[in-house]
Amino acid sequence: MDTLKSYLEEHAAGDLLPWHRQLEASRSFGLTIAETEEAILAHGLLPARYQRNRTTIPQAGQRELFHSQVAVVGCGGLGGYVIEELARVGVGRIVAIDPDVFEEHNLNRQLLSTPERLGTSKVAAAARRVGEVNPAVTLVPLRRAFSRDNGGELLAGSRVAVDCLDAVASRLELAEACSSVGIPLVHGAIAGWYGQLTTQFPGEATLQAVYRSRSGGPGVETSLGNPSFTPAVVASLEVAEACKLLLGQGTTLRGRQLIVDLKSMEFTVINLKE
Amino acid sequence: MTVTVKLFASFRTGRFEVKTADYPAGTTVGDVVDSLALPRADVGIILINSRHAELDRPLAEGDNLALFPLLGGG
Repeated sequence: MDTLKSYLEEHAAGDLLPWHRQLEASRSFGLTIAETEEAILAHGLLPARYQRNRTTIPQAGQRELFHSQVAVVGCGGLGGYVIEELARVGVGRIVAIDPDVFEEHNLNRQLLSTPERLGTSKVAAAARRVGEVNPAVTLVPLRRAFSRDNGGELLAGSRVAVDCLDAVASRLELAEACSSVGIPLVHGAIAGWYGQLTTQFPGEATLQAVYRSRSGGPGVETSLGNPSFTPAVVASLEVAEACKLLLGQGTTLRGRQLIVDLKSMEFTVINLKE
Repeated sequence: MTVTVKLFASFRTGRFEVKTADYPAGTTVGDVVDSLALPRADVGIILINSRHAELDRPLAEGDNLALFPLLGGG
């Protein structure tokens, strides 16, 4: 590996390693793109693609993200954008969980959906997209429906779960599973012009408070539908929460809920503790 | 008794943002929800004076009631 180290040092511009050098290093040393990325970060360098992350995420943080696994539960309106942003920011391993295929009514908002992909698996589309966008990121596609029974298995190895589901009952099961395996959960939900966001830590019954212990039934989204912009907003807020959890930076929505109203353009934070 | 009701998100459509009105003594949160023609199943978080409450909770003079819709879409 000394020769790899020499190669990286020789070809870095300052502390940045350009993409074509990362590719060349992978070919020359018989490594995957991910293995090369690991080596670049381990040597205190930065793949050049992350140079605009740098003020927000220091080099050590970029390394932390690369060594992190995040579970994205649901790959529809929220999940598509969440996966895109996690991959671009440099989270090393993303587990995408969704049993569904694309349907025509997804096309108005779901980033991964295209007319050509109607009838094909959402998690397979996620894997293809991440392979195109950031080949250093491993996307693990799991074409499974999340439930209380398989939750522990599907979340194994993930440091954070991001709730991108579309039903209250399964969201509550996810919250319970996250508490059982001891990881934080970033929750987001949308309907029409509106969205909500919170972060649950293990042992905190945050989602039960949000849904007032209701076991099922849809929310107002069944009548309001979902336009293109609301999932993009709420998904981005979820990724910001997930990154803070992975990096140990900033203040999350732990114990609080954000209500997003894009029609009145109001962002309201309420306390969930009392 | 006088109660101030604040509605959030989709609950505002065709109704109001904030309204102070007189209600008979003994009125519960559920009664207010019904009087506004809000389906009870659509009600998410309920706050009275910034504290969490349930539909069966009786209101008191001067209470501030906030109602949020239940959102589940993804």
